[in-house]
Amino acid sequence: MKKTISSISAVVTLAALFVMPMEAGAKEMSGKDLAFNRKLGNCLGCHAIDGGTQPGNIGPPLVAMKARFPDKAVLRAQIWDATVKNPNSMMPPFGRHKALSESQIDKITDYIHSL
Amino acid sequence: MKKLIATFATAALLSTAAMSAQQSTEVQADIDAFQNHFLKAFPGKSLNDFADGPYAMSEDKMMQFEAVMEMPPFEDLVNKGEKLWKTPFANGKTYSSCFSGSDETLRVQFPHWSDKKGKFVTLEQSIVDCRKANGEKKMGTGKGKLAYMSAYLTTIAEGQKISVIVPNGNAKALAAYNQGKKEFYAKRGQLNLSCANCHVDAAGQRVRGNTLSPALGHITHFPVWRGKWAKKKGDGFGTIQRRYGGCNKQVRAKPRKRQKAQYTNLEVFHTAMSNGMKISGTAYRE
Ligand code: HEC
Ligand code: HEC
Repeated sequence: MKKTISSISAVVTLAALFVMPMEAGAKEMSGKDLAFNRKLGNCLGCHAIDGGTQPGNIGPPLVAMKARFPDKAVLRAQIWDATVKNPNSMMPPFGRHKALSESQIDKITDYIHSL
Repeated sequence: MKKLIATFATAALLSTAAMSAQQSTEVQADIDAFQNHFLKAFPGKSLNDFADGPYAMSEDKMMQFEAVMEMPPFEDLVNKGEKLWKTPFANGKTYSSCFSGSDETLRVQFPHWSDKKGKFVTLEQSIVDCRKANGEKKMGTGKGKLAYMSAYLTTIAEGQKISVIVPNGNAKALAAYNQGKKEFYAKRGQLNLSCANCHVDAAGQRVRGNTLSPALGHITHFPVWRGKWAKKKGDGFGTIQRRYGGCNKQVRAKPRKRQKAQYTNLEVFHTAMSNGMKISGTAYRE
């Protein structure tokens, strides 16, 4: 039992070591950084975005977003869970599946809306 | 018509139970629909063109592929596989003694339904079982020695046709096939993607710089030799079920255990969809 407790605390410490700096780093990331990062938004996996290299072409290019999404909340909803509009969407439900945090989604939404 | 019936009857009399089984009509309908989808989506391509996966989707990539295949980086490992396959066990018997039919036909005999086991069995699992039956140690089914042997068997099977049979009227076999089909179409993982999303819906499109291969023809060349695997873990050959694990991880889904029902039934469905295609021998992939 003692051994379990000490190994649990070792795991917790280790996890803390890894998680803390990542979160601290994530806080300083801009919406663009978050959108481009392969481990986070990875929007370039599927969408061409101005300034992004080697984009995929599974989704439509993200251009003229204000014209396509006059209401920013609709854009946010698409990023939060694309399967509401299209149940078989290839686009990951970033919010519903917690692939991104709420504040990360806010930042990405602002950035995408500015395109 | 009479002649057809007579041929069927003789075939049934001559061959073993497994071989005489007729394809489930439901499965045949799935296969026809699956293959027609790709033939329509990529006009001008014939069935066997799909064996080249992502390379069949782009002329540029095809040139790179052909250049690598002139001097395949995996020949030594295939030779190693041949040696391993032909080396007798401590009891003097060989791998071949566990199988029926010539070594050249083994790749396309699998996966097949086993009445005795009440499930589908893969070539890789049968090799492991053969070792066990002969008192040899277990062997991993993702890479390494077993993958080399399996690659050797794929090399000598070049040109043979894939023909997975889900015996008509066998409810248990059909249920297993349907489980595999479900595994293929179900969205999984944090990224919420199914095999079909990437390898049917988006086949030929790009995720970043990667062109997605069509699922049709996915298994004609497995175990495959991947540059990525060679860089990471030393050798480079991986079995089809190793690849399933990799694709699951990409969408942040937990890989299934190899050679258990979920992946084996997925392999049954996935292989059956390429029925009629020729084994192309082992191949290179990025
Ligand atoms: C794996 C593929 C994939 C990824 C990754 C992806 N998307 Fe999408 N996206 C799609 C597809 C496909 C569509 C087309 C609509 C649909 O099927 O949902 C789409 C549609 C959209 C749309 C709607 C476009 C329109 O004009 O209707 C927006 C906005 C969008 N994506 C933003 C993003 C953002 C922002 C990210 C990253 C945080 C992202 N996408 C990541 C595949 C993806
Ligand atoms: C996020 C998209 C994605 C999903 C989902 C996915 N794959 Fe893949 N898969 C890839 C990419 C990218 C490759 C490498 C390029 C290629 O060959 O398509 C690949 C390669 C493969 C290959 C190797 C093909 C070859 O010729 O070497 C097989 C087989 C395969 N996938 C099967 C599956 C199966 C089965 C599933 C579901 C369990 C699956 N994939 C899910 C993206 C995906």
